[in-house]
Amino acid sequence: MKKIGVALGAGLLALAVAACGSSGGGSTSGGGAASGFTPPDIPMKKSLGPGEGQVDILAWPGYAEDGSNDPKVDWVTPFEKQTGCKANVKYFGTSDEAINLMKSGGYDVVSASGDATLRLIASGQVAPVNTKLVPNYKDIQPFLKDRAWNSVNGQMYGIPHGWGANLLMWRTDKVHPAPTSWGAVFQKNSPYAGHITAYDSPIYIADAALYLMKTKPSLGIKDPYALDQKQLDAAVNLLKVQRAQVSEYWSDYLKEVQAFKTGDSQIGTTWQVIASLAQSEKAPVKAILPKEGATGWSDTWMISANAQHPNCAYKWMNYIVSPKANAAVAQYFGEAPANAKSCAITSDPHFCATYHAGDAAFANRIWYWTTPIKQCLDGRKDTTCTDYSQWTQAWTEVKG
Amino acid sequence: MGLLLGPPMLWLGVAYLAALAALLITAFWTTNSFTGEVERIWSLTNFHELFTIDVYRTITVRTVGIAALVTVVDALVAFPIALYMAKIASPRVQRLLVVAVLMPLWASYLVKAYAWRGMLAEGGLIDWIGKPFGFSSPGFGVTATILTLGYLWLPYMILPIYAGLERLPDSLLEASSDLGAGPGVTLRRVILPMAFPAVVAGAIFTFSLSLGDYIAVTIVGGANQMLGTVVYANVGAAGNLPFAAAVAMVPVAIMLLFLAAVRRTGALENL
Amino acid sequence: MTLSRGMRIVLLVFTLLALVVVYVPLALVVINSFNSDRTFGWPPAGFTTRWWSAAWHSGGARDALGVSVLVAIAATAISLVLGTLAAMALGRYRFFGRNTVSLLIILPIALPGVVTGLALNNAFRTWFGIELGFATIVVAHATFCIVTVFNNVQARLRRMGTGLEEASMDLGAGPMRTFVRVTLPQFRSALLAGGLLAFGLSFDEIIVTTFTAGPHQQTLPLWIFNNLFRPNQAPVVNVVAAVLVMLSVVPIWLAQRISGETGEAVAGGAH
Repeated sequence: MKKIGVALGAGLLALAVAACGSSGGGSTSGGGAASGFTPPDIPMKKSLGPGEGQVDILAWPGYAEDGSNDPKVDWVTPFEKQTGCKANVKYFGTSDEAINLMKSGGYDVVSASGDATLRLIASGQVAPVNTKLVPNYKDIQPFLKDRAWNSVNGQMYGIPHGWGANLLMWRTDKVHPAPTSWGAVFQKNSPYAGHITAYDSPIYIADAALYLMKTKPSLGIKDPYALDQKQLDAAVNLLKVQRAQVSEYWSDYLKEVQAFKTGDSQIGTTWQVIASLAQSEKAPVKAILPKEGATGWSDTWMISANAQHPNCAYKWMNYIVSPKANAAVAQYFGEAPANAKSCAITSDPHFCATYHAGDAAFANRIWYWTTPIKQCLDGRKDTTCTDYSQWTQAWTEVKG
Repeated sequence: MGLLLGPPMLWLGVAYLAALAALLITAFWTTNSFTGEVERIWSLTNFHELFTIDVYRTITVRTVGIAALVTVVDALVAFPIALYMAKIASPRVQRLLVVAVLMPLWASYLVKAYAWRGMLAEGGLIDWIGKPFGFSSPGFGVTATILTLGYLWLPYMILPIYAGLERLPDSLLEASSDLGAGPGVTLRRVILPMAFPAVVAGAIFTFSLSLGDYIAVTIVGGANQMLGTVVYANVGAAGNLPFAAAVAMVPVAIMLLFLAAVRRTGALENL
Repeated sequence: MTLSRGMRIVLLVFTLLALVVVYVPLALVVINSFNSDRTFGWPPAGFTTRWWSAAWHSGGARDALGVSVLVAIAATAISLVLGTLAAMALGRYRFFGRNTVSLLIILPIALPGVVTGLALNNAFRTWFGIELGFATIVVAHATFCIVTVFNNVQARLRRMGTGLEEASMDLGAGPMRTFVRVTLPQFRSALLAGGLLAFGLSFDEIIVTTFTAGPHQQTLPLWIFNNLFRPNQAPVVNVVAAVLVMLSVVPIWLAQRISGETGEAVAGGAH
């Protein structure tokens, strides 16, 4: 789960650099397989045997709740009762940490985000997934299958779990007219100067790049995660204009809901879970996916190439995307569930509509978070792109 | 003596000095941008960037300014309280006051910082109370950061000053007054000079704690960042340990200068 | 005391005002623990006890509290031993480099937490190849806790002189026996004071802990950090903080009782 991971470290996305290319996601690059590398030949499981009695799970905090934080939030215990596999859950705070832990061995399954999946596949840490052994796979939203961040050459390497977009939110009583474009947070001399907010992470540079991609075609940006130095500079300049008008950057939902409730922030990026929470606390806010599209995240459950408990691991992957468990996780954290059947059993009947869970057109307008690396993700061979550590330094400069 | 000194020196030498030295060395290395691994090739690139890119100078100045102001504010607030506790209050009240000053230390740092966020927000407690008197919250920013950090570290300033004043013999003050000095003169010529090392001892805490903070500034600092923020962003997210190490050397250098300056005041014996 | 009546009143009023300001955010935390608004907006939206019952049932908070207490006890125990040894070496012997040693002991607390945390993190992982966990937190905490014990014991040594020890030796007791039967009992309140400060320092530490905890272990401040950002969990954090403040009276009061010396007991370092 990207958002909690981020929250854990006050703007700490995940990352480092990968020895692989990816073709990003989103509206133009669309589905298709990852390009630029051949994954190591790891055998795929052909059939399931009896459970091994336990399974070692590596998860974003909140993806495998066992009731220890809140007794009512517990979907691990039912899994243990149902399958006889005892679940040992270990949480990680960043994608980097997840990758290091996977390399150290000892884990059967991992909930990987888009900036970790391809690195895990390319380095041979995870095995292809035999989707026939995961009965619930058939109910997964089709637009999440065989995508660049979870498959290679048509072979799935994991089970899609949940996704979400970085939306544009504003105070309906303060912001007129209602915005339809990211231009509302990037324009000069904004009427909302001093009340604009943005996500506090270098990855937010991609939001500016996405806006430039749509509004300044001359820059030639094809993928907001593949920026050469000139394109990065353009994005940074745009963000510096924004910086002068920013009230604060946010990295956790608590901070943002408070700021929108009090009016310290009036317009800026958000997650659906924050918008819903703010609305339920009577803040007059609205959130949309602007016409340029948006950035977002998509997470996948993957199985270790050296899993000690492969049968229980498959049982877990099947269980966690089952309608009930998937609905529970999605509601606990506020993201769109991957399983189409989850939508019928959410406690809030409008949950899936709110999160656009079945809306393929909506999902396809999202550029899912990917780690920027030197090798251009958009396939350009004639130039080198800027990597995440350059983005981090650029972000420091933007904030000043 | 070697027997006595051996274990603590071994501990600090191995666990701390070695760690610090290792960090310093890392700052002269680079990260391979392809694999993310630290490469042990000597280079001054990190320091070059640190000194040539304007933003790092801005952040350093801001951080030192915040830490210095926090220290001054804390000293000004803490001194009268400590003076009252040490020289006026009865032993019973003294005990109560010590407890009262210590108790906030136990409430979680984060919770207190978020409480200040709530107070500083638009329409928060400060606006609410201040409205009839015509003042309003400074909003999130550098001022809010100074207020919050000053609040968080205040007990660390009060306690050393209190201890310092308490061991100032009453007879000395009486002698001063017998010799014809008024309270103002006694305060200025006797109490202040003798309490100065204790104030400096408190300042070591407040200054260094502020210098290395990155959490309070994220919570109430608006869009501002401090040196700690930069270190954290580079090591936590970007995996750029060498650059983070180089940035971390800035507060180390500042602190060592600070310690060298205060050493002659005798404050190091007053912590 | 020679301070004039007017000055005493001014100091009293100032102290009381300052205490009010110190306690307003804490009161706010307690009020918010009953605030039905999930993001504790001001003014409170309504009254609820659901956060208190949620906190009562939170196994995660209890586990984290357990880890924090264990870490603090272990770190305190180590710093008691090492701090006492170092203080005795410095207090009883004159040798070259004495000042350097005391600087080294002060350094871990004088340098910003982000530097200490980063240095230890780097050393543990890349130099010693230790997996971050319980032990690494204890080592880190003990490193910056030594100074509190060191200062208290050193102050006590200065005050007590060597007469009793010499008498004990003259009467035929060996150095070990003298230490256990004569020196140590005199340290009691100094050790208590230093230990209490060390415990408190370790208990609420978050920055160094973030860098040295690894993914398995969760201290209470880390639990708070993580849970501030979980839906419906943030108000529970207020409850935990409120409880901590109330509970903190116990050890402080106890310590005051046992030591009977208000200043030294907590301020760390009276001569």
